[in-house]
Amino acid sequence: MALANMNLTLKVWRQSNNKAKGNFETHKVVANEHMSFLEMLDVLNEQLIQEQKTPVAFEHDCREGICGACSMVINGQPHGPQRGTTTCQLHMRSFKDGDTIVVEPFRAKAFPVIKDLVVDRSAFDRIIQSGGYISVNTGQAVDGNTLPIEKDLSSQAFDAATCIGCGACVAACPNASAMLFTSAKVSHLNLLPQGAIEAEQRVLSMVNQMDEEGFGMCSNVTACEAECPKEISVTNIARMNRQFIGASLKSDKMA
Amino acid sequence: MKLDAKVPQGDLATKWKTYRGSMPLVAPNNKRRLDVIVVGTGLAGASAAATMGELGYNVKCFTFHDSPRRAHSIAAQGGINAAKNYQNDGDSVYRLFYDTVKGGDYRSREANVHRLAEASVEIIDQAVAQGVPFAREYGGLLANRSFGGVQVSRTFYARGQTGQQLLLGAYQSLSRQISNGNVKMYNRHEMLDLVKIDGKARGIIARNLLTGELERHAAHCVVLATGGYGNVFYLSTNAMGSNASAAWRVVKRGACFANPCYTQIHPTCIPQSGEYQSKLTLMSESLRNDGRVWVPKKKEDAAAIREGKKTGLDIAEGDRDYYLERRYPAFGNLVPRDVASRAAKIACDEGNGIVPTGKGVYLDFSSAIQRYGKSQAFSKGMTNADDKTIIALGTKVIEEKYGNLFEMYEKITGENPYVMPMKIYPAVHYTMGGLWVDYHLETNVPGLFSLGEANFSDHGANRLGASALMQGLADGYFVIPYTIGTFLSNEIRTPSFDPDAPEFKAAEADVRKRLQNFLDIKGTQSVESFHRRLGKIMWEYCGMARNAEGLKKGRQLIKELREEFYKDLFVPGTQDEFNPELEKAARVADFIELGELFAVDALERNESCGGHFREEYKTEDGEALRRDEEYAYVAAWEWQDVNSEPVLHKEELEFKDIELKTRSYK
Repeated sequence: MALANMNLTLKVWRQSNNKAKGNFETHKVVANEHMSFLEMLDVLNEQLIQEQKTPVAFEHDCREGICGACSMVINGQPHGPQRGTTTCQLHMRSFKDGDTIVVEPFRAKAFPVIKDLVVDRSAFDRIIQSGGYISVNTGQAVDGNTLPIEKDLSSQAFDAATCIGCGACVAACPNASAMLFTSAKVSHLNLLPQGAIEAEQRVLSMVNQMDEEGFGMCSNVTACEAECPKEISVTNIARMNRQFIGASLKSDKMA
Repeated sequence: MKLDAKVPQGDLATKWKTYRGSMPLVAPNNKRRLDVIVVGTGLAGASAAATMGELGYNVKCFTFHDSPRRAHSIAAQGGINAAKNYQNDGDSVYRLFYDTVKGGDYRSREANVHRLAEASVEIIDQAVAQGVPFAREYGGLLANRSFGGVQVSRTFYARGQTGQQLLLGAYQSLSRQISNGNVKMYNRHEMLDLVKIDGKARGIIARNLLTGELERHAAHCVVLATGGYGNVFYLSTNAMGSNASAAWRVVKRGACFANPCYTQIHPTCIPQSGEYQSKLTLMSESLRNDGRVWVPKKKEDAAAIREGKKTGLDIAEGDRDYYLERRYPAFGNLVPRDVASRAAKIACDEGNGIVPTGKGVYLDFSSAIQRYGKSQAFSKGMTNADDKTIIALGTKVIEEKYGNLFEMYEKITGENPYVMPMKIYPAVHYTMGGLWVDYHLETNVPGLFSLGEANFSDHGANRLGASALMQGLADGYFVIPYTIGTFLSNEIRTPSFDPDAPEFKAAEADVRKRLQNFLDIKGTQSVESFHRRLGKIMWEYCGMARNAEGLKKGRQLIKELREEFYKDLFVPGTQDEFNPELEKAARVADFIELGELFAVDALERNESCGGHFREEYKTEDGEALRRDEEYAYVAAWEWQDVNSEPVLHKEELEFKDIELKTRSYK
């Protein structure tokens, strides 16, 4: 089966480093509908290399929607137009022949641009380091089945734990808030009995770290949920707010 | 050089316990003064770094990713095995050990595998304590499912994202040690060389990928947990960044590489659709619990499907060949991966493939949808449920079990697998070969250790499903934290090493020269195009079926490709900046050399075993023919340089507790 070619115009953000002033560059690319969005960018980069130019830098790794490395804003939407989909899983059948596609990096103060479409998301690591774990050393665990956990509860925790740490929630938010990311980890751990012991300290330190990193406040726009490739619910934000207030009222736990 | 596996004396079942009870310890005050470098933050690396940090060692951990959480372990779907026997179906440590040795076609080291089976039990407990949300039954207890090559239900899972959840557990433990100051984390740093002082591994040269700066990092020992080399085939289920460079760099510094030809071709991946394709996507083996594999019996039906004139739905039940159920009635669709992959290749080679390229078979859920639908209808008291209701109920069950996998399939192919049977074909997935290590997971270079997929030790010639996560975590959480003590207990008087020592400066200069060399070629072809061509040679001549003639030709083609690479490569930019093309160039250069060693190893092994199938060595009904008398050894290769023949060192495998049998899944 021969596939029809798609002739596309790309407007891609180019910025050689964090200090440089960036600009959009226009390129023509011929793609087909079976290609993933990143494979289409591979075609562009091969073209650029043939012309001995610098290829567009973008982050990617697993290309199956789970590592969270790929980012970029496509036509104004983080990870592009398809709901619940990372850029690497977005296929060109979502576009039409003749389309012009605008590609730019995630934009947020806490995610400085490194080069072209690559941004620094290490703030997320530091939020996890501030309390996104259960304090158990290797070897300290008891038998797994000594702690039965209600199936629905475990499933709820899982829904939050499915976050891939890509940062689309931040890019989607007009305030560049990291509430969805942070609350997903808080929910995952605080919902489970294993995580309950450190629940208050966890929510206080993680929210504190989130603020220190320069992420904005949440004003309930909920664009984060709409753009999240793993469709993580804003219910987690509500849960975190409740836990944060509860924990804050106990002054001895104040971070 | 004589390879000593250093397997402790005593009964197989008590070796590990005895070892732990008698090994030399390092006191807490000394641990603080001992520096350990861990390269890689997948399951093995993250769990090792976290655990050694907890113990009090001074750990430096490196990853080329922007965050430790991105390592490719994250993509593992199906599950993790453990001999818990929660299902009361006859499982035990011995049975897991036995299944793994048999599944590996009797080419793994008994003592290591038994230790792995013992540790499996503790891994689940540890993961649960960390908050890993494993699947549970309504009673709140942990759920299990089955994987290929076994007859018990011992696989623990977290939907189709088990690797993600286990890696996040390890990443969180690592993050805790980073925040405690026990582990210093270096993101976006790639190891480009090993530094040896007086024959021992004492540090690495790492490139800061953001600035291009070369850094010298010293330690008392170095642990590599840098994954497998599946991307030597270019197209594989590995992530784009997965590479063999750290492992290959240490081979260049004298470490032996074992069994490179043992590669796992996973039977259920989405078939390739075009030349532009950058990677292949796995569909979890767990799908074979409920999916039935088939091709049309009649060649004309297959041809009509390939041409788009018919679909799988048009083929009557009687005209379908469920070839796995037919050939292997005892295990059916759940035969091990190597067996299932070869059977798919045979079906397609005979002309019964069902995708335009001819390389694809069906994985069909309609029987399972019917079965689950009927059982649901029955339990809901619907005695006269019509077909539509049954299908709707059955679809719901399948969706609960495999929803995310079906969704992923639909995103990639644009077809709805609940209605139209999935199209699948084997693809390179995992590499059983790797750095040679002894029982301590130490390579033949003293002070250099290797964990997880990067080493060779536990899976023999074929890995069973849900065993990679088990091995990575066993090595990292439960093995290396002990065995490294045997080495470090002799180093407590060794002061920290100076990264300005001449050995470090010389290694750094070598790296700088090598990188500059790539930039100075100034040819016309991209790194990617060379990688693609290497992959084609590997798949054609060292793929699912190999023969002596093809392997010789493959090796020659790889040599020619290497020459062309060093004449006509084009890498833009400089080495003093963020330069992803330069990173790739160094990795592909290593893949080219590793590819050649792969062909050498495959040619030397005149037998068929597990993932290594030599066409000259098969039984009358086409099954793999092992030659235990001549080849029951580990082939550990010492690499000289590209102009010399690699030197083979053999570690004879002894099977004291298991009788070597022809593997049968019939």
